[in-house]
Amino acid sequence: MSSREKILGAIKRSQPPQCPLPGLDSFLQDNAHALQQYTEVLTSIGGTAHIVNGYTEIKEIVKQEYNDARCIVSLIPELPGVGTETAYHDPHDLAMADLAILPATIGVAENGAVWITEEILPQRVLPFITQHLAVVIKREHIVPTMHHAYEKIGNADYGFGVFIAGPSKTADIEQSLVLGAHGATSMRIFIL
Amino acid sequence: MNRENNDHATLAGRFNENEQRVSWHDETLWWVRAKRDKAAHTLPEWEQLRAAASQIKSNVLSNLSEYLVQFEGRALQNGVAVHWAADAKEHNQIVADLLTARGVDRIVKSKSMLTEECHLNEYLQSRGIEVVDTDLGERIVQLAGEPPSHIVLPCIHKKKEEIGELFHQHLGTPAGNADPQLLTRAARKDLREKFLTRRAAITGVNFAVAESGEFVVCTNEGNADMGAHLADLHIACMGIEKIIPQRKHLSVFLRLLARSATGQPITTYSSHYKKPRKGKEIHIVLVDNGRSVQLGRADFRNSLKCIRCGACMNTCPVYRRSGGHSYHTAIAGPIGSILAPNLDMHKYADLPFASTLCGSCTNVCPVKIDIHDQLYKWRQVLVREGHTTTVKKMAMQGMTFTLSNPRVYRFAGKAGRWLMNKMPYMVNNKWNTWYKQREMPEPPEQSFSEWYKKNRER
Repeated sequence: MSSREKILGAIKRSQPPQCPLPGLDSFLQDNAHALQQYTEVLTSIGGTAHIVNGYTEIKEIVKQEYNDARCIVSLIPELPGVGTETAYHDPHDLAMADLAILPATIGVAENGAVWITEEILPQRVLPFITQHLAVVIKREHIVPTMHHAYEKIGNADYGFGVFIAGPSKTADIEQSLVLGAHGATSMRIFIL
Repeated sequence: MNRENNDHATLAGRFNENEQRVSWHDETLWWVRAKRDKAAHTLPEWEQLRAAASQIKSNVLSNLSEYLVQFEGRALQNGVAVHWAADAKEHNQIVADLLTARGVDRIVKSKSMLTEECHLNEYLQSRGIEVVDTDLGERIVQLAGEPPSHIVLPCIHKKKEEIGELFHQHLGTPAGNADPQLLTRAARKDLREKFLTRRAAITGVNFAVAESGEFVVCTNEGNADMGAHLADLHIACMGIEKIIPQRKHLSVFLRLLARSATGQPITTYSSHYKKPRKGKEIHIVLVDNGRSVQLGRADFRNSLKCIRCGACMNTCPVYRRSGGHSYHTAIAGPIGSILAPNLDMHKYADLPFASTLCGSCTNVCPVKIDIHDQLYKWRQVLVREGHTTTVKKMAMQGMTFTLSNPRVYRFAGKAGRWLMNKMPYMVNNKWNTWYKQREMPEPPEQSFSEWYKKNRER
C-alpha cells in the first residue's frame, strides 16, 4: 500500500463526527474611517503613506525621496522607470533594483497591507528583491478588513498573490526591531 | 535520551543557574505577550474570531481525508507536484531525492517547524547537501549549532553580545559589536548572496486551501519569497493538518496569527503560492508523522488545530523561566508538551508535567485548544501506561494509601510535625525537592481536627 493510501485510510478511520463551518458574514462590518485607519496602521508598522492628488505629485515625491536610485522599475505607465530593461527573463537580474513602483488593487485598513498578484509583475521576486518598494493605490480600493479583501479577491485565478504590509523586518536579535531584513527596506504607499 | 539527566526538570535547572538570564528571558517573553494582548484588545470581535477559527478547524478534522484529496487534485491541476510521507524518514528521503535527481547540493530553507520535527537538515547534510537557514533567528542558531528554542522567535534565548561574537566569527563583523542593526545588515548581505546562487528552496506552509490548491507562507523578513522566487525548484513541506477548506477562511487565520504571535496586525508578507513559474517546479510534501494517530485520540485531537503562533509559550510561566531547550523537542512550551507524547510517550513523558496547569495557554490560544486540560489528561495516560519514573509512581501510591486511610493519615501528620520540630535537618535538605529555592513552613502545634475537637468541646 502506498503512503498516500495508508495516510488517507488512517485519517478516515479516526475522523470525528461532522462539524459545520461557521458563517463569516457578521465580520463584514463597514468602516467609515478606513482611509484614516489605513494610514495610521501603515505608519505604525514602519511604512509611509502619502495621500496625493495625481501622478505629478507622486513624481515629485519619488524624485525627492529616491534621488540616488539608479534603477527604478516602474509598472505604472504614468511614472517612468530609470535604467531598466524592457523585459526581465531572469529574476536574478532584478537584484539591482533600487526601487520598484507597483499598482495595487486592494488595500486593507486594519493591517496596512496591499494585495498584489503575479499578472502585473515582470517576475514574482520584484517586490521582495528591490531595495525600496512604492505602491500606488486608489482610495476607493481600501477595504476595512481581511474579510472584505478576500470577498474582493473571490475565485481569482492567480499563479501567485501576496499581501504586503510595510517594509521587511525582523526582531530576532533581542526583540530589537530592525527594518529591512531580506526584503525591501522601506515601503511607501501613494493613495490617489 | 537519558531520562534521568535530560528531562525537563534537569534541563530547566541548568537554565536556572544564571538567575539574571532567567529574569531577562521571562521579561522579554512577557513583553511579547503584552503586545499580543494589546493587538487582541483592539478588535471587539476577537472572541468571535477565535470561535470561528476553532470551528473551521473542527470542520477540517471531521473532513480531513476529503479535503486532502481535494487539495491534491487542485494542486495537480495547478501544475504542482504532490508527495505523501507517512513519517519523518519518508519525508526526508522524498526531499533529498528531489534535490539529488536535479544535481542540487546547496539549498536555502525558510522557517518550517515540520522540517525541525523531522530533523531534515541533519539528514540532508548526511547526504552531502548543504542547508542554509534563511530566517535570521534560525540562521543564528544554525551558526551556533543549536536547535531553535521558540517556534516564532528561534533565538530568543540568546543575548545580542553572543550573536555579535557568532557573526564576528562567521560573517566577519567587527569584534565586540552587538548592534542589532549592524548585525542584521551583515546577515542580509550574506544571505542575499545565498538567495542569488542557490537553485532550490525549501519553505514551510502556514495554510493550504483545499478548494483552490494554493498554499500560504507567512514571514516578516521576506526570506521564504527570496528563496522560492529565485530558485528553479521550490519544495514546500507541510503537516496534513495545515489544510483549510476555502480561500475566504484565510481571512480569519491571517487576522489571528500575527496578532497572537507578536502583536503585529499581520505579518509583512502573506504569500499565496498557487502555480509554479513558467518552466519551474513546485513540489508539496504532505506529512503525517503521527498526526493521524493523534486524530484518533479523542482527548488530544484538538492539538491538531494549532497554527504555530507561539502565544502559549510567551504566556507560560514555566516556559518563560525554563527556556525552550529544556523541552528537548522541536516544538517547546505547552503545545509542544501535548504534541510530543503522541510521537513518543516514553521519551516525552516528562513534558506534560512541565506545567502549573494555570490555564493561561488555553486563554490565549487563537484556535481555542484546551491545552491545559490536555496536559492534565496526558499525565493520566502516561501514569496508566507506565511511563512515569519509579520515584513519582511510589510517591503517588504512598499518597493514595495515606489519604484513603484516616488512621494512617492522622499518624503521618503527627509524625511529620514531630519530625519538622525535632529534626528539621531531615526535611531541610537537598533530597527534599520542596525545600529547593524555598524555606519549609513552620510546623503547626496541632492538626486541624485536633484543634477542632478541643475548641468544640470548650
